[in-house]
Amino acid sequence: MPLQPTIGLEVHAELSTKSKMFCSCANEFGAPPDSHTCPVCLGLPGSLPVPNRQAVESVIRTGLALGCHVAERCRFARKNYFYPDLAKNFQISQYDEPLTHDGHIDLEGEGQPVRIRIRRAHLEEDTGKNIHLSDGHTLVEYNRCGVPLMEVVTEPDFRTAEHVREYLYTLRSILQYLGVSSADMEKGQMRCEPTINWIDPDTGERTPKVEIKNLNSIKSVYEAVKYELARQKRAAAMGEEELVQETRRWDEAKLVTATMRLKETADDYMYFPEPDLAPLAPEPEWIEEIRASLPELPRARAQRLVVDYGLPAYDAGVLTETRDLADYFEAVAAAVPDAKLASNWVMGDVRAWLNQEGGDISTLPLAPTALSELVSLVAAGTINNTTAKDVFAKMIAEGKGAQEIVEAEGLAQISDTGELERLVERAIADNPKIVEDYRGGKRKAIGALVGAVMKATRGQANAGLVNKLLKKKLG
Amino acid sequence: MPEITEAEVRHVASLAKLALSEEELARVGRELNRILDYFAELQQLNTSEVPITSHALPLVNVYREDAVGESLSPDEATQNAPDGVDGYFRVPRIVE
Repeated sequence: MPLQPTIGLEVHAELSTKSKMFCSCANEFGAPPDSHTCPVCLGLPGSLPVPNRQAVESVIRTGLALGCHVAERCRFARKNYFYPDLAKNFQISQYDEPLTHDGHIDLEGEGQPVRIRIRRAHLEEDTGKNIHLSDGHTLVEYNRCGVPLMEVVTEPDFRTAEHVREYLYTLRSILQYLGVSSADMEKGQMRCEPTINWIDPDTGERTPKVEIKNLNSIKSVYEAVKYELARQKRAAAMGEEELVQETRRWDEAKLVTATMRLKETADDYMYFPEPDLAPLAPEPEWIEEIRASLPELPRARAQRLVVDYGLPAYDAGVLTETRDLADYFEAVAAAVPDAKLASNWVMGDVRAWLNQEGGDISTLPLAPTALSELVSLVAAGTINNTTAKDVFAKMIAEGKGAQEIVEAEGLAQISDTGELERLVERAIADNPKIVEDYRGGKRKAIGALVGAVMKATRGQANAGLVNKLLKKKLG
Repeated sequence: MPEITEAEVRHVASLAKLALSEEELARVGRELNRILDYFAELQQLNTSEVPITSHALPLVNVYREDAVGESLSPDEATQNAPDGVDGYFRVPRIVE
């Protein structure tokens, strides 16, 4: 039997709490260096950590959303290592007793659903930042040090880079729906470390495990997993390169992985229970309260949009990418007669604007009711799609309502049969050659006549009506 | 009774970033083995009726609410550090 790829993922997500994990310094990105530090997160002697209840709740919330069990009792552990991204020479993490464990995420796969088992989702603290200078120094700052960090670990259930990518999109959207993390990989709020090797299902023989770091986008993870799978397979088959258990670094410029260091084993971190922190024993009532407050998750919401609004599955998937976008769509759709038309506008013009401006829906200067007004005008045939696109741009630029713009600029579609009949007659008189073609059997020639009328009305004629009138006149 | 080997002493010393001479390696090995002997003695106690203790205090669920309090200023934060610049701590370069 051929070798089988085996991929497991560790994902770290910074929790969007107001304060840090074990002290009351602000959890805020971009502040001046070391302006959010205190004796606790600097690891000064005599300081004592106290856990942030909100961070514990966020991990329980995530665990429940992923179908995990919440531990009746668990503790923190010290992970010891020498590296100045933590001032106290250890990271407070969880080791033998994670807060939540044994859940799953189901992927769509390629039409064939794939279940990825979640081994654990636990709580720890983030590290500070190092800036390596060329003058022989490293600068260290601890604003990020102690920010609550959740680690979500899967079983090695992935077989392809495509599944890894789908998992990351899915997990990111779940974390955003839950409101526990902004989960933006480019901003380092979500980080992913895949572990990759090949296994011979017959003999159980396997290549050494390789972990990859320095992945700053979902796309990088996808590329790196593909690259590493190919490298290991080639090495195993050709024997040109010896495979070792190691941590490799993704080189974004060269699109390759390169040796960073030999991989540590858990023993090397000399884990032991954190004596400064009391164990956690989340009360069952608290857990049930959190469970009851879980929002509708992206997949369930997409399925509901298909049922409730009659949308294609593709539309539902796009619209539920973020909770805000789905909320926006539902608010628009509630006030228009045609939900698919509302979907087209949100998926099309609204998302195009967001992409162009690089913002999220909260930056769109167009309330859902304003867009419903525009969509309703299209649905009623008052304006056609082309005009509507101009009105959309004007609404954003001028902050005026759709109806107001259409009335002020006389943009309403011309559906007055009397006026259209005159225009149709003129088009026929002006284009004898086309009329001859049409009557001679070239039915498509009618398009040119419709075009002539549209041109005469600066695009405002009701095209469907023009078509009908033309057919009637031409016999 | 398993003895701690010299290789294990070297590994633990390297994890703790300790540079031990050959003499010290031998001595530390002997000392660690004496500690292990003592634990072996403790192992003989029958503890089947004693609940596992993972923490010295009979406390659980000690939390703080998620509220921002005061932090140190960058100057205060770095004042005890041997070297600092612009609010950063400065250390010898830690990667090649």
